[in-house]
Amino acid sequence: MVRVENLTKRYGSLLAVDNISFAVERGGVLGFLGPNGAGKTTTIRILSCYHPASGGTATVGGFDVFRQSMEVRRRVGYLPESTPLYPEMRVREYLQFRGKLRGMSREERMTGIRRVAERCWLGSFIDRPIVQLSKGMKQRVGLADAMLHDPDLLILDEPTIGLDPTQIRETRNLIKDLGDRHTVILSSHILHEVEQICDHTIIIASGKIVATGSPQELRNRFSEQGTVVAEVKADQTDIEEATRKIAGVQNVSLSASNGWVRTSVSAESGCDVREDLFKLAKDRGWALRELRREGATLEDFFIKVTAEQQTVRPR
Amino acid sequence: MSTICTMARRELGAYFLSPIAYAVIAIYLFAAGLAFGLGTFANNAEASLRYLFEFWMVLILLFVLPMLTTRLISDELRSGTIETLMTAPVSESQIVIGKFLGAFAFYLILLATLLLYPIILEIYGDVDYKLLFCNYIGLVLLGGLYIATSLFFSACTKHQVIAVLASFLILILMTFASQGLAQQFEGAGRAILQQLSVRTHYMDFIRGMIDTNHVVFFLTTTGFFLFLTVKRLEMQRWQ
Repeated sequence: MVRVENLTKRYGSLLAVDNISFAVERGGVLGFLGPNGAGKTTTIRILSCYHPASGGTATVGGFDVFRQSMEVRRRVGYLPESTPLYPEMRVREYLQFRGKLRGMSREERMTGIRRVAERCWLGSFIDRPIVQLSKGMKQRVGLADAMLHDPDLLILDEPTIGLDPTQIRETRNLIKDLGDRHTVILSSHILHEVEQICDHTIIIASGKIVATGSPQELRNRFSEQGTVVAEVKADQTDIEEATRKIAGVQNVSLSASNGWVRTSVSAESGCDVREDLFKLAKDRGWALRELRREGATLEDFFIKVTAEQQTVRPR
Repeated sequence: MSTICTMARRELGAYFLSPIAYAVIAIYLFAAGLAFGLGTFANNAEASLRYLFEFWMVLILLFVLPMLTTRLISDELRSGTIETLMTAPVSESQIVIGKFLGAFAFYLILLATLLLYPIILEIYGDVDYKLLFCNYIGLVLLGGLYIATSLFFSACTKHQVIAVLASFLILILMTFASQGLAQQFEGAGRAILQQLSVRTHYMDFIRGMIDTNHVVFFLTTTGFFLFLTVKRLEMQRWQ
């Protein structure tokens, strides 16, 4: 559906997107994840034909975003980050206008507006002027506009920013549903969100792709190097001495409270020390009340890879 | 073509929803009424619209049209709607021509209100309708040029005030100053500046003549500014 090869974008001397390549298959939700200023919006603007790239190619449905821009624009629904709308228009008027700009016939607009009004819950305010709407309502109007012509590809730039918790949950469910029929690319700096709704994730930092995979894969990759936490009742120096002898252990840290010693053990990747720790406690007769692998989240992974990227590329 | 129509209709509709437009219309009607009243009903004045069309309308349009037009693109740049507009399957020239036609249609409505004055004059004497027609053609062409110029400056900045001021400056230069400036030069320079003087071209319409030379002047300068606006919008993509 989307194919990006060696894409580069410069703004003067600033390198916003640095030679990135990726492909998106039809269907499903792709999450573009990265800290602010990582190049997410720039990449999205190139895909939606707003900005031309400085180098490399990008195609949507086989059409080049620069040379066959009109073909791409007809197939893409785009919601920019700030959800720009014309405040003086009424919602229905605005959707009519956008439908006409896309060359939709009267019938297509009628059915299209009915469909998006239902999907984006516009019913209660479809005849109100946009200027009177709350941020969340405007966001839904923007989303409705992007979906109006039933595009193959939906590009949403930070679609849940500025919404209240209920609206965020509703919008996320909506996007998840949309992934069944359309291909959706969304950008976010909220990890939790990406973890929840995306089938595939691209983590981008300083204009470069630092990791790709499903949220599950990324989490697994990180948790292989995770730490194991054990809470035992024993002498601190004994614990430290004994655990350090276990094969593969790299680091041990202890903290004691009420006679229980909380022991965090980090080991080499692919090395699970839980069994060794249990044996140790059993052999020495320590009381063991907790033994678990520290659940690594995507957030830990994200912070780790983006921090690496920043230390690798000091300017 | 239908895309241009859609753009133009939206812009025309937006005028009737904007409080600023109504304020500008009020100023326009007041100024035109004042000029008509003072000029035509002064002691010993001739019962004609010459006074109004010859000078006052030019001055009024010079201030009113930039205020009405510069909103068209500046607002889109400021609010970010330019992004949704330019990612819709619409070309830059369709956007520019659509917006121009929207503003132009609104201008024609403003011009129509002036038809009240010949009706008043009918009470006092005969109105020369052939002359009136020529005057109107002159005003239509003049307004088109002013709108195209203001539209260009509108595409240059997201601050409407800056666009208005720049339009004032250039329109004053083109309309009133170039004739005076021409006197400072000799040879080709003088000829060019004289050719560029909008007021010189406009005056023949006031005298009741429709000269192709002047019509071509207005149409090409208007087209030139529209072309610049399209180029400016295309540049916008690269920033």
